Amino acid sequence: MKAAAFEYARPHTVAEAVGLLAAHADAKILAGGQTLGPMLNLRLARPSMVIDVSRIAELGRVEDMGETILLGACVTHASIEDGRVPDPGDGALSRVAKGIAYRAVRTRGTIGGSIAHADPAADWLSLLVALDATVLIANPARRSNMPLAAFVAGALTTRLAPDEMIVGIRIPKLASSARVGYAKISQKTGEFAKALGVAVRDPSRATLRLVAGALAGPPVVMDFPHSEFGADERVILSRLAGQGLENDVYRRNIHLAALQRALRETEL
Amino acid sequence: MAAPQSTQGEGIGARLLRKEDDRYMRGRGQFVGDIKLGGMRDVAFVRSPIAHGILKAVRVPPAARGRVLIAADLDGVKPIRADTALAGFKSSVQPPLASEKVRHVGELIALCVAPTRAEAEDLADSIQLDIEELPAVSDMLEGRKPGAPLLHAAWGDNLFLTTSIDVNFEAAKAKAVRSVTRELRTARQVMSPIEGRGVIAHWDNRCGQLVVHSSTQQSHIVRSGVAECLGLDEGQVRVIAPDVGGGFGYKGILLAEEVALGFATRHFGFPVRWIEDRRENLTAGADCREHHYSLTAYADADGRLLALDCEATVDAGAYSAYPFSACLEAGQIGSILPGLYDFPHFRCRTYSVATNKPPILPYRGVARTGVCFALEVTLDALARELGVEPTDLRMRCLVRPEQMPFDTITKRHFDSGDYPEALRRAIAMIDLAAVRKRQQHAETDGRKIGVGFAMYSEQAGHGTSVYAAWGIPMVPGFEQCAARFTPDGGLELRIGAHSHGQGLETTLSQVAHQLLGVPHDKIRLVHGDTAMTPYSTGTWGSRSMIMSGGAVAAACDELAVRVRRIGAKLLQTTFEATRLDGGFVVGPAGKLAVSDIAKAWYRSPQDLPHDVDPGGLEVTAGYKAKRDTGTFSYAAHAVVVAVDPVTGEVEIIDYVVVEDGGVLVNPMIVDGQIYGGLAQGIGTALYEEMPFDDRAQPLASTLADYLLPGPTEMPNVRIEHMETPSPYTRFGQKGVGEGGAIAPPAAITNAINDALGDLGAELLVSPVTPRRIVEAVHAARAGVRS
Repeated sequence: MKAAAFEYARPHTVAEAVGLLAAHADAKILAGGQTLGPMLNLRLARPSMVIDVSRIAELGRVEDMGETILLGACVTHASIEDGRVPDPGDGALSRVAKGIAYRAVRTRGTIGGSIAHADPAADWLSLLVALDATVLIANPARRSNMPLAAFVAGALTTRLAPDEMIVGIRIPKLASSARVGYAKISQKTGEFAKALGVAVRDPSRATLRLVAGALAGPPVVMDFPHSEFGADERVILSRLAGQGLENDVYRRNIHLAALQRALRETEL
Repeated sequence: MAAPQSTQGEGIGARLLRKEDDRYMRGRGQFVGDIKLGGMRDVAFVRSPIAHGILKAVRVPPAARGRVLIAADLDGVKPIRADTALAGFKSSVQPPLASEKVRHVGELIALCVAPTRAEAEDLADSIQLDIEELPAVSDMLEGRKPGAPLLHAAWGDNLFLTTSIDVNFEAAKAKAVRSVTRELRTARQVMSPIEGRGVIAHWDNRCGQLVVHSSTQQSHIVRSGVAECLGLDEGQVRVIAPDVGGGFGYKGILLAEEVALGFATRHFGFPVRWIEDRRENLTAGADCREHHYSLTAYADADGRLLALDCEATVDAGAYSAYPFSACLEAGQIGSILPGLYDFPHFRCRTYSVATNKPPILPYRGVARTGVCFALEVTLDALARELGVEPTDLRMRCLVRPEQMPFDTITKRHFDSGDYPEALRRAIAMIDLAAVRKRQQHAETDGRKIGVGFAMYSEQAGHGTSVYAAWGIPMVPGFEQCAARFTPDGGLELRIGAHSHGQGLETTLSQVAHQLLGVPHDKIRLVHGDTAMTPYSTGTWGSRSMIMSGGAVAAACDELAVRVRRIGAKLLQTTFEATRLDGGFVVGPAGKLAVSDIAKAWYRSPQDLPHDVDPGGLEVTAGYKAKRDTGTFSYAAHAVVVAVDPVTGEVEIIDYVVVEDGGVLVNPMIVDGQIYGGLAQGIGTALYEEMPFDDRAQPLASTLADYLLPGPTEMPNVRIEHMETPSPYTRFGQKGVGEGGAIAPPAAITNAINDALGDLGAELLVSPVTPRRIVEAVHAARAGVRS
């Protein structure tokens, strides 16, 4: 289980990195390496070039922009877990970071890497979709933004073009009265989620959003008027129609349970 | 049993910190992967991607020639055969590199060498295979049926072995009042030591020897196997097992890789190294545990266990593994299924089925984990059928202490113990009454509380008569220790067994310290090298504390005599007038330190009288227990779980173990053995499963797919020891290395079934995953509705 040969580059600017991407059609970006590393070693990924972006200073930045917070793509899960970044509200980022895999993975794994991989079972994807996060993108010609919900095209698929890379994530701050509930169901600590539930309840705007993750495709967003909704099974199931849960009692139960647990957290 | 005299509280029974942990805990262990030899190259294997097929061609491109070996290159190399003497056993022939057929995914086809492993994998990628795929046997029950594809065409079926035992079974039917029948299954598992297998081979021209460094539990057995396969004299092979990062049985086999590398290093003329990676470990190497049972338990009019009737099938995989054979599991089921119980009627048939999967290997607990699961889960079902507490049913039929020693219905000889007392203590520790009271009220979170018990015994240190009857390539005889004093009074103990987590460097030091009074920092254990140690079948079957412990004691006894003889001469007294005490030979008018006697023997022999014993201070002594049928340590496990019937999540709330390992040489190390075994047992119970598809492709190739329990999955376990001495061993010690891994699947499943009883759900397949729980609850509800 050792990687096939590849060229290795370690640019110091985003411009250099996207320049390399444009020049090497099958290049892969390496940030924390927690997904790409095993993929290389298992020879499931065989890029001709690996572009290590971990030394690009811009990707490590953390900024409080007032209405939003901005996290560079190479901010690690551990930094977020340890509270070294501003909180968009209710301590949600730190709480979720704490439940990602194991500390060793969190020490190296990055938020940008997680978003780029777009694994439906990844924690950040569901949480950040629920929080209306925006992905900041660069290519050799320009910078652009895209809502995360639109950025994720499907399981392990994004709308990132071959010469584009993620430079950061922008997360809107929540109202002070807003509550975030988060529930992950997996068989053991550190395992990939089998079901993810996120609930964001904002009394000041009278809104409630539920997000179901670890499904076959992108996270499923369900917005409700705050006043009308309880944890009603039938309502949730109708919104999850087409996710293949109808004939699988186990998956149906755990996805429902994750959403209900997340909802309950917002009621505390 | 010789009464041990305690010296300074560091002998037998002391909770001495482990000597070996100084290097392990500082990351200074030396494992195969740490060894570097000049000119050494790395090996990657081409393995079969197909479970069953005709190997029509292996195409080595011109650029790779000279760096690749295939079956046709292995001139004079014999296949691995592990036959048994049991009637009707069918022999399999496992070529080190596949030649005509492939019989499981991961079977070795070609050996590739390169300066690095990555380049060796590049080479392996360049080799093309032409395999005509055949229908595969992916399920043992399908494999038993007439018309199933045949793995070994000459057999006519897929059965390595069938066994049958019937103890007056028909007579039970007239007396039986109630019965339950259950079909149970245990998943195929993969042993997961932190360090996988690893082999380095080189040819030593000075000694004319093939030197094989291997991560093995059995260096001497590997030497015999490698010598036989390569056509070398045993004296031409030296096997070194350095530090070994966990064995569990996976390192108690002869590897095809060891044979192939042994050939390759002579062929190429440089040292070669193969380090198993986790994918090889998961998909090709370390399979174990897969059983199926159809079991009926009968009760008589008094509500006692009357009879068991069982048909057991074991998925033995493609080949018979050396030295324990393909039948170690199924062959034992017939005799160990009765457990700790005394009942009059029994029948059991077993089938060892060849399938297109890697060979089944012995894993901590061997057949007992599956047997305990089948028996104890079925006993709980019988208790529910009778409307009694499962512990009451057990109490009625456990072998009683006054019956000891006891020959079971299948002629296993229980040496000692008080089984009902172990169960009574477990009931008290887990507070069964309190759990029953709690169950009368619904939990506020909707979960269900359940309590489960399981009991087992663990045969350990069984020897010559048992294995001679079995007739496998390895029969243990006298276990030996070579012990000698060094010129400065230090003590070297050389044993052929191996310590890889058991703490033998400490516990055998405790034995020697007990008998000779040498301080621990002056005692060294030398093990794991055939050139430096007496022959041994190695470390397996929880035997080392009994057998190597006995051998060390025998050698130290003889050394005590030797130093007293010399000491008596120097003290100018008679041998009979001396005694050994605290590292001194004490005479009527003075005493001499053992170290001074050693110094005299080695450094100033001119001071010794002319008629001193020329044997000196170096002895090799052998040991067998008074009976070689083994010790039977035993335990009662009890566990309380909370089960979420909606999500299938299981939380272990409490876990207690009441264990009797006889006289405990180091209770702290025994606790560690129980914790470690228990973690693996929890893996078997709740997490670990290697699934295969219908083409016998393994479906878990990383640890993201094959779930192992981690620290957060381990409950706080409370342990209580009973110490009933074995009447047959030197200090009354019993083997306890495996027991922790035997009972958890049964105890936890019983607790889950207890929790879900009022929902009508019953789990009979391990691991008991959340999906299996949810589906069982759902099926029970659907059944109620229809």
